[in-house]
Amino acid sequence: MLSQVDEVASSAHADLQKVTGLDELEAWRVRYLGRKSKLISILRSLAALPVDERRDIGARANQVKNQLEASLAQKKEELDSSVNLSLTRESIDISLPGQPYHLGRLHPTTKTTREICDIFISMGFQIAEGPEVEWEYYNFEALNMPAEHPARDGFATLWVDYKTETGARPMLMRTHTSPVQIRTMEQVKPPIRVIAPGRVYRYEATDATHEWMFSQVEGLAVDKNITMADLKGTLFEFARRLFGTDRKCRFRCDYFPFVEPGVEIAIDCFMCGGKGCRLCGNSGWIEILGAGMVHPEVLRGCGIDPEVYSGFAFGMGVERIPILRFGIDDIRHFYSNDLRFLRQF
Amino acid sequence: MKAPLKWLKDYVEIDIPYRELAYKLTLAGLEVSDIKVIGDSWDNVVVGKITAVDPHPNAERLRLATVDLGQKQMTVVCGAPNLVVGDKIAFASVGATLMDGHTGKLTELKPAKIRGVASEGMVCSEKELGISDNHEGILVLPADLEIGKSLADYLADIIFDIDITPNRADCLSIMGIAREVAAITGKEFRMPDLSYKESARDIGSYAAVEIKAPDLCPRYCASIINGIKIGPSPRWMQDRLMTCGMRPINNIVDITNYVMLEFGQPLHAFDYKEIKGKKIIVRRAAEGEVMYTLDGAERKLSSDNLMIADADRAVAVAGIMGGLSSEVTPGTAVILLESANFNQAVIHKGSLNLKLSSEASTRFEKGLNPELALVALKRATQLMAELGGGAVARGLIDVYPGKSAKHPVPVSSKDVARLLGMDIQLPDIRKYLGSLGLKCSLDDKTGRILVDIPWWRNDIGCTADLVEEVARVVGYDNIPTTMLSSNLPGGEGASMVPFRQEVRDMLVACGFQEVITYPLTNLDTLKRLSPDLNLTGPQPLAIANPMSRDLELLRTSLRFGVLTVLARNQRNRESNIRLFEIGKIFIPRHKDLPVEQEMLCGLIDSVVPDTYWAAKSGTADFYSAKGVVETLLSRQGLQATFESSDDGALSPGKGADIKVNGEKLGVVGEVHPRVRANFDIQDPVFLFEIDLDKLKALSGKQQFIYQAASKFPSTGRDIALLIDEQVTYDRIAGVISSFPLVVDVKLFDLYSGEQIPAGKKSLAFRITYQAPDHTLTDEEVETIQKKIIEKLATEFDAGLRS
Repeated sequence: MLSQVDEVASSAHADLQKVTGLDELEAWRVRYLGRKSKLISILRSLAALPVDERRDIGARANQVKNQLEASLAQKKEELDSSVNLSLTRESIDISLPGQPYHLGRLHPTTKTTREICDIFISMGFQIAEGPEVEWEYYNFEALNMPAEHPARDGFATLWVDYKTETGARPMLMRTHTSPVQIRTMEQVKPPIRVIAPGRVYRYEATDATHEWMFSQVEGLAVDKNITMADLKGTLFEFARRLFGTDRKCRFRCDYFPFVEPGVEIAIDCFMCGGKGCRLCGNSGWIEILGAGMVHPEVLRGCGIDPEVYSGFAFGMGVERIPILRFGIDDIRHFYSNDLRFLRQF
Repeated sequence: MKAPLKWLKDYVEIDIPYRELAYKLTLAGLEVSDIKVIGDSWDNVVVGKITAVDPHPNAERLRLATVDLGQKQMTVVCGAPNLVVGDKIAFASVGATLMDGHTGKLTELKPAKIRGVASEGMVCSEKELGISDNHEGILVLPADLEIGKSLADYLADIIFDIDITPNRADCLSIMGIAREVAAITGKEFRMPDLSYKESARDIGSYAAVEIKAPDLCPRYCASIINGIKIGPSPRWMQDRLMTCGMRPINNIVDITNYVMLEFGQPLHAFDYKEIKGKKIIVRRAAEGEVMYTLDGAERKLSSDNLMIADADRAVAVAGIMGGLSSEVTPGTAVILLESANFNQAVIHKGSLNLKLSSEASTRFEKGLNPELALVALKRATQLMAELGGGAVARGLIDVYPGKSAKHPVPVSSKDVARLLGMDIQLPDIRKYLGSLGLKCSLDDKTGRILVDIPWWRNDIGCTADLVEEVARVVGYDNIPTTMLSSNLPGGEGASMVPFRQEVRDMLVACGFQEVITYPLTNLDTLKRLSPDLNLTGPQPLAIANPMSRDLELLRTSLRFGVLTVLARNQRNRESNIRLFEIGKIFIPRHKDLPVEQEMLCGLIDSVVPDTYWAAKSGTADFYSAKGVVETLLSRQGLQATFESSDDGALSPGKGADIKVNGEKLGVVGEVHPRVRANFDIQDPVFLFEIDLDKLKALSGKQQFIYQAASKFPSTGRDIALLIDEQVTYDRIAGVISSFPLVVDVKLFDLYSGEQIPAGKKSLAFRITYQAPDHTLTDEEVETIQKKIIEKLATEFDAGLRS
């Protein structure tokens, strides 16, 4: 048996010389040191041998095993270093540009609108939509702005060339998303919680701060026991989520014919922290929202009893938000669709 | 509206810092948009008196002024033309901070030698002091000022510029603002004395007023002041007018303007001798009536205008501007002073028609309370008697056809709680409303407060209005903050929104940039969408008052918008452009709002630059666009068929109608070269357009059910077919996929040319077989494959290519 051990040793050493790769080395290991190899089976059979033989053969076999394991380790090291050497020879210029991927993007107005809507959706609001070409009734009358109302001066209107038999011209491009309030209240009974994003149009000469088409998000909540405190809580929460939790909010009286009491909400200027700078026109505050409690006449006009129900409404411009956030110097960039602008969002 | 704090203090005590006051006013709805502080840099400016004016030894246009400052005398070099010995002036010594008269910048005054004479100070102009833009000469101060005292003690002021909302015409006045200040600071409002002496002669002997249009003129009040001496108004009045942006003219005109600023009621002074027939008639203008207004312009009037006339002719456009013929002139001795109330709509319309807006018209068109007319008339009459030296005729004219019964407005603690979410007890509500001058009484029956609306307010008509008043006095910042606790609504909201969002996200994932274009266009642009420049599609709706010729029609297609955007960006040397828009087109309907059809339109340009070093990418083509459409539809669980399209904007033979279950959803194809050229696009461009409303309707019908992937292995077989060129791919693929166990068919090669007989083409398919319930054997697959080949042979005369 001793001779068997020696045979294994010599053929193993001879074979190892021929090994050139890691795969071959593994095959060699299985063959000579694996569980089914001759050497291991000899070692396993030792227990059955007489004591004298066991000692000699055992000692010899273990010595061979140790030698082979050492040779294996050495050979592995040799092979590894030569592999690394050849890999190094094949190294690439990692500074070359990566393969370009054609990334699509949403328009910044779409992105911002989604961001606004998502916040209100998380507060239980649903999305409503209405037509962009509207009746004068929904755009003005039903919102407590009859003909010749002074507040109409704030809404330079594009009228559609359509005349009724009486010569009236009641069709227009909606000047705000507020008509959706009316359409919603006509169709749905309280509880109501909706937001209405959409595009609006004004008769307006364009310049860096004026665009005749822009976007708004309108909101409306109507139910029993909705108060101005709810309005304040909801919109302050919105402002903090959109502009950051450390923003301060200002809540002041303002006038819109379709709400009473009316509110304007401003946040402290995130550029100067309220000290006053160019962004906030030196006031320290940036106006972001108009709002108020839905006017009792508006509720009544939609068949909702203002003695039983109350609600709040709000509206905000969408483009204004990226304009403020990213320092965009000209609102006309939004709809001139220059890819060099659009790609930045 | 400009509000100088000094003027406000005539009516209310102000003892809080002006910035705090500005913030409180802003919260209460009177937004202070600008604050001008006059005199905050006047540390070294005092009152002086000119004691001598001598010529400058070396300069003809300069003089040496010796100024008495009480403690000392100073001599300075001065170029002003109005140096008069004895005048009181503002003197700045070295170290004072002044506005540079030329650059307008604040600079510190330094000792200087001017043309060889040392000058250690300056006699100041209004501009140098920052009071106004006047730099023509030095500011001459009132003679009663004490020499040596700080100028700031007399002239410093703080001027608020306040944005007044359209509902608060009453705050287009100093008194209106003073009332707000009193309410929000808890001070008393002081009403000026309105009394004056009357002479013996009764006003009835001077004039009578007839209102022929009582619907447009609810009230007309007038007084007569006899024996007026026309001259300049006092300095203090001129100063206040100028501070508020008005030009002083003469004592009479200035008084009407002053009272308008003070009370908010526009007034007009007529030269009585020019009023023919001792009669004022308020009537509508005759169509085409012509008159000359105060500004000298000839005005053509229409029946939309309300006129003030005498027995013969029109003497003023009511509420907008007076007439030239009855203007107050230096020779005027008797004044007929008008203080009237006009319907806001008629003034608004009239002012628009005449393209003429005045301080008066902007107040009337916001709506004034008719009660204000008489109060303001008394004040102006008093001032004319006092400052114009006139005698007031006994009595006033007051024709008041629009007098309406007063309706007190109720409010209760419950109303306040219900709208504000604040518990405020009745006594406090009374206190807050009382601070605004609203008279409250308790209605024993209902337990509510009944509030009488005072003569200066025209904006309070319902309980909610009173709740706002309470909130304003309490302070909007003191309203609590709560979250909505009401029930969540039922329903599910507009379902188009998530659908649209999904489509947008998919296109973005496919590498497309979203664009948004204007929905207005013109006829030429719409015509450019057809190769022969015809209008295709419906006649679009037009805008009645378009802003320009380019924006006069409502779009009936998204195509021109995306094509224009593509061309514009190609001019910026962009290439490999993929863009899309989702937007509405407007299809006119009979006697109704147009149908707003939501469309998707996308474009792919074919210019793909070789700018990546590792691989050359291929150019885009029809199939690039078709692939996007297929991806979009398959995501909705829909399979479309593509049929040759006759859409004129697409190249013939390279356009397809997209159909699902026989219904056309849109088109995909190469844009017709002539259409492309119409938009200045050089290279081929591929378009897809889908009606999103239809797509949504179809995808909604598709019920999605999860299908388990087979646990058993699939196996693939390739076949290469030789087939007539006319046989289209979809027919072959259709036959193959109709066989059982075929789970996928992919065309991986298409070839014609060398080695292929003329009129034939070679198509190579990989067919994937799989069974849901067992591992397929070779025999099973071979059997089906054989049947497929036989079927293709009989159906299309297809042979195998070896």
